[in-house]
Amino acid sequence: MKKILLIILLIFINNSIFSQDDLLDILEDETPESTTDNIVTSTFKGTRILNGHSIENRKDSELEFIISHRFGAINLGFDELFGLDQSNIRFALEYGVTDNLTAGFGRSSFEKTYDSFLKYSWVKQRKGQKSFPVAISLFGSIAVKTIKDYDPADKRSFAESLSYVGQVLVARKFNESFSFQITPTYIHRNTVKIGADPHDIFAVGFGGRLKLSKRVSLNSEYYYAFDESESINARNSLAFGVDIETGGHIFQLILSNAITMIEKSFIAENTGNFFGGDIHFGFNISRTF
Amino acid sequence: MKIILTLISCFLWVSITQSQGKYLTKNGAITFFSKAPMEDITADNNQVLSIIDTDHSKMAISILMKSFLFKKALMQEHFNENYVESDKYPKATFKGEILDFNSVNNVLSTKQVKGVLTIHGVSKEINIDANFIKQNNTILVSGDFMINLEDFKIKIPAIVAKNIAKKIKVTFKFNHKPY
Repeated sequence: MKKILLIILLIFINNSIFSQDDLLDILEDETPESTTDNIVTSTFKGTRILNGHSIENRKDSELEFIISHRFGAINLGFDELFGLDQSNIRFALEYGVTDNLTAGFGRSSFEKTYDSFLKYSWVKQRKGQKSFPVAISLFGSIAVKTIKDYDPADKRSFAESLSYVGQVLVARKFNESFSFQITPTYIHRNTVKIGADPHDIFAVGFGGRLKLSKRVSLNSEYYYAFDESESINARNSLAFGVDIETGGHIFQLILSNAITMIEKSFIAENTGNFFGGDIHFGFNISRTF
Repeated sequence: MKIILTLISCFLWVSITQSQGKYLTKNGAITFFSKAPMEDITADNNQVLSIIDTDHSKMAISILMKSFLFKKALMQEHFNENYVESDKYPKATFKGEILDFNSVNNVLSTKQVKGVLTIHGVSKEINIDANFIKQNNTILVSGDFMINLEDFKIKIPAIVAKNIAKKIKVTFKFNHKPY
């Protein structure tokens, strides 16, 4: 009998513990396991790290207008106002078809190039349950050079002026302030300057972001090309910059040895020597509607 | 045999007392509204958890910040990354007491709710009026109140000061069912 009493007593104690249970603890237990909340967001601030694309996409039905500008090289001296007299500009409209798919169309003044791209966010970085260490986006673009600087005997057809770029963007947000991306890249050019130049170029990009404050981050980016053109003294592109976020705008200030803003040019056809002073000041301004 | 029966009845009793007196909702609605010269901002969250302990007149609310949905995705990103810092402070909570709860019945009546609201890692005592009604074994709680962003160390930089109000109106509606 004593035993039973003891058991009953124990159960009562147990019960009283239960009823004292903190209400917030009950809510904690009742919280449904959510899948969307574990997705790591804002790996990069903008859709570009600096010159090249980041894994980030525009969201569903958002239209972004991007103006990118690169001035001449700083080492042109005072006569060219350290490059500010020259300019190369790209206008683009980029639209979020869905949260995971962005389509873009742009026009660069350099070689009067039109470009169009699709970027698809394939895998997202996740924490907690079903965690996944990196985010992966796929990028494909096509560009056509329309400048009429060809030899009249060597008139290029539309197809001959085309080039294609494919990239796999793999990024990880290590913590709140540091993100890093590796970007294997494949470039195909339908026409090259001389026979010895490769039509296919493989490259790999490295890009990082270090947040200095909630709205300001320091970015850097480097593309290493494995195959180089013989007709030009091609150099790997290197860029440093600052991202400043101001509500609906993202403002990027850039120092880069590349003067162009589309992949096939700054990765494969860049001739600037960063440490020789061929540094182009530039910016990307985006406005989202 | 007797022992077993006693035990079973005890367990039953335990489980009955446990479920008595608590009312819960997992899809409570909270909307916040910011009125500013440049643009009005609204966000809805329909996955708010709220519980009422009728035996002790207590109430607790848990809000997942990332579940607030905005009209513009960019606003939502800014809300989570720059203002409430959802990665660091994923939840807002409230824990408090309903004064004079025992007089809640099937006629809509206003009661004072007093407790501690925690947002962005900052806790503050608040005292609000909420409407209560008990109907068909559910307890409906609704109302609105203002919060001052500065109280919760949510800073608005000068550059966007015209876009975001310093005081935000919060509207809530919870339909609690027996837990």
